[in-house]
Amino acid sequence: MSDVKPILEVRNLRVEFPTRRGTLVALNDVSFSIAPGEVLGVVGESGAGKSMTGAAIIGLLEPPGRIAGGQILLEGRRIDNLPYQELRKIRGRQIGAIFQDPLTTLNPLYTVGAQLIETMVTHLPLNPAQARAKAIEWLELVGIPAAAQRIDSYPHEFSGGMRQRVVIALALCAEPKLIVADEPTTALDVSIQAQVIALLKRLAREKGTAMMLVTHDMGVIAETADRVAVMYAGRIVEIGAVRNVVKHAAHPYSSGLMGSIPPVSRRLERMQQIDGAMPRLSAIPKGCPYNPRCPKVFDRCMVERPELMPAEGNLAACWLYADTARPGRDAEGAAHG
Amino acid sequence: MFAFIVSRVLQALPVMLTVALLSFAMFAYVGDPVAIMLGQDYTEAQRTQLIADLGLDQPFFVQFFKFVVNAAQGEFGLSYRLSRPVADLIAERAPATLELALCAAALALAIGVPMGVYTGLYRNSWLSRFFLTFSLIGVSLPTFLIGILLILTFSVWLGWLPSFGRGDTIRWGWWSTGLGTWSGLKALILPSITLGLFQLTLIMRLVRAEMLEVLRTDYIKFARARGLTNRAVHFGHALKNTLVPVITITGLQLGAIIAFAIVTETVFQWPGMGLLFIQSVGAADIPVMSAYLLLIALMFVTINLIVDLLYYAVDPRLRIGGGKGGH
Repeated sequence: MSDVKPILEVRNLRVEFPTRRGTLVALNDVSFSIAPGEVLGVVGESGAGKSMTGAAIIGLLEPPGRIAGGQILLEGRRIDNLPYQELRKIRGRQIGAIFQDPLTTLNPLYTVGAQLIETMVTHLPLNPAQARAKAIEWLELVGIPAAAQRIDSYPHEFSGGMRQRVVIALALCAEPKLIVADEPTTALDVSIQAQVIALLKRLAREKGTAMMLVTHDMGVIAETADRVAVMYAGRIVEIGAVRNVVKHAAHPYSSGLMGSIPPVSRRLERMQQIDGAMPRLSAIPKGCPYNPRCPKVFDRCMVERPELMPAEGNLAACWLYADTARPGRDAEGAAHG
Repeated sequence: MFAFIVSRVLQALPVMLTVALLSFAMFAYVGDPVAIMLGQDYTEAQRTQLIADLGLDQPFFVQFFKFVVNAAQGEFGLSYRLSRPVADLIAERAPATLELALCAAALALAIGVPMGVYTGLYRNSWLSRFFLTFSLIGVSLPTFLIGILLILTFSVWLGWLPSFGRGDTIRWGWWSTGLGTWSGLKALILPSITLGLFQLTLIMRLVRAEMLEVLRTDYIKFARARGLTNRAVHFGHALKNTLVPVITITGLQLGAIIAFAIVTETVFQWPGMGLLFIQSVGAADIPVMSAYLLLIALMFVTINLIVDLLYYAVDPRLRIGGGKGGH
């Protein structure tokens, strides 16, 4: 993958929230890239900074949050410092977004057709009649039955799953190269989740769209993503190929997360859980932010913060691998991946 | 849709009948019309004759039924004070009040909505802060004081605008309008501002609060994420979603403007219904008072019906099951 030019590159991204009691660092030194057509899963607990990363990429951080450092590059072009109007032209056209709750992401006062047409006319050289024909095509593509009639329906006339299909059509209708999907299935019934994920996956493959899939559901990641980034307290703690992270999670936090996937094959008395809670942004401990909860914590973790280093074929920010990150072990790890 | 209108009209009937009962009760309990009409010297025969002529010896419900039938035909009897048919008096005065009220409402909407949108979008700009401070003045100053201050400034000191009356009017059929003449328009300015200022600040604050609420919603964030222009996001998506409460309040306030233009009409000696009403109260002119009461009730009911119909136009979620009465 490294020889292909990435569609999205995030370098040392830092997002800050100035508050009355001082500046909170919501994202710190976040770096990753996504290749064309690749699906990158981003997992972590609530508040780890997953959604924040997505919001920073589409330039829609909630004020007073702001990008305080680092770069975001879309096909090699910096987009984090663009003026609002320039970035607006990129949103929807080059980067599509899917949000969590389909019941609230559609404007209740406009028909789904009107919202699709409006999006396409804004970005593509189409007249309204052409846009309407395309809108019907898109609704068919995302699996809305009787699309030609349903195009004039209002959002409240669709079920939750159908609305999320409409949202997917809206995100994809200007044919962006990258989709930022923020918990696209969390608000849906379990039976619908699999359908929507399958749809997203299929459309992304057909259109060659890269995707950043933010979720806290490891099952969804394991099924959909090519690579996965695990986030904790505003940082990426582990990143690697999805199969390898699931099987050989290097960071104690990631292996804790993987342990929380309910296994289908064998019966467990009790599912594993990670004790404690993620620290608040105002009280991130010194050293490794995971040290209060880590079962393998040792002296170094309390004083020095680990950077990402090769570990078990992935990259993990954990001192356990400081000594093993020798060329020999590294090569062995890379062969796994 | 038609079923909805019919059901609303049917719901309005008990309201109107209740108000009719109240205005009818005024005749019986506020003063004695027989005593007023007979004066000081009368015989018992004259008194009985008059009671029979007026139908006052008939049972209560027969009297009330006659009152309702007459009222439905716009027949309210003679004014005690002016000895002219009440319907004529009101028809003479209604255009002045309606013109004033509609101008005031239009002013409040035309200025209040954009100000509300602006202060909602740019919460922290100095202009927004100025608007908010200004609106506080509008909300807290009593109407008569605003009127007097405006007269002092624009009529007494600057001498630009008339301080009282309607100016010249022209007649379109039975409707006399001040909108057709220069002096009529000039006379309309100060009373409209006086009457509309409170509504303006109310609408501005309402639109602002609703905008702040709507701008936080996911569908606005999603509209931005789709790369729509600011104009489309702010006016197409955000403003339209603030309209339902704005329509409700504007409707209720329009009724209030018409009904309670009394203060403004008194300050500016505006020859409208409010001034007629206050003069009638002074003279215990019950037929005028009771007709005014009924008319105002009718206006509120009509405005509420229009408001409900506007909801239908704005919000598609209300359209399903519309025929089933209450929504």
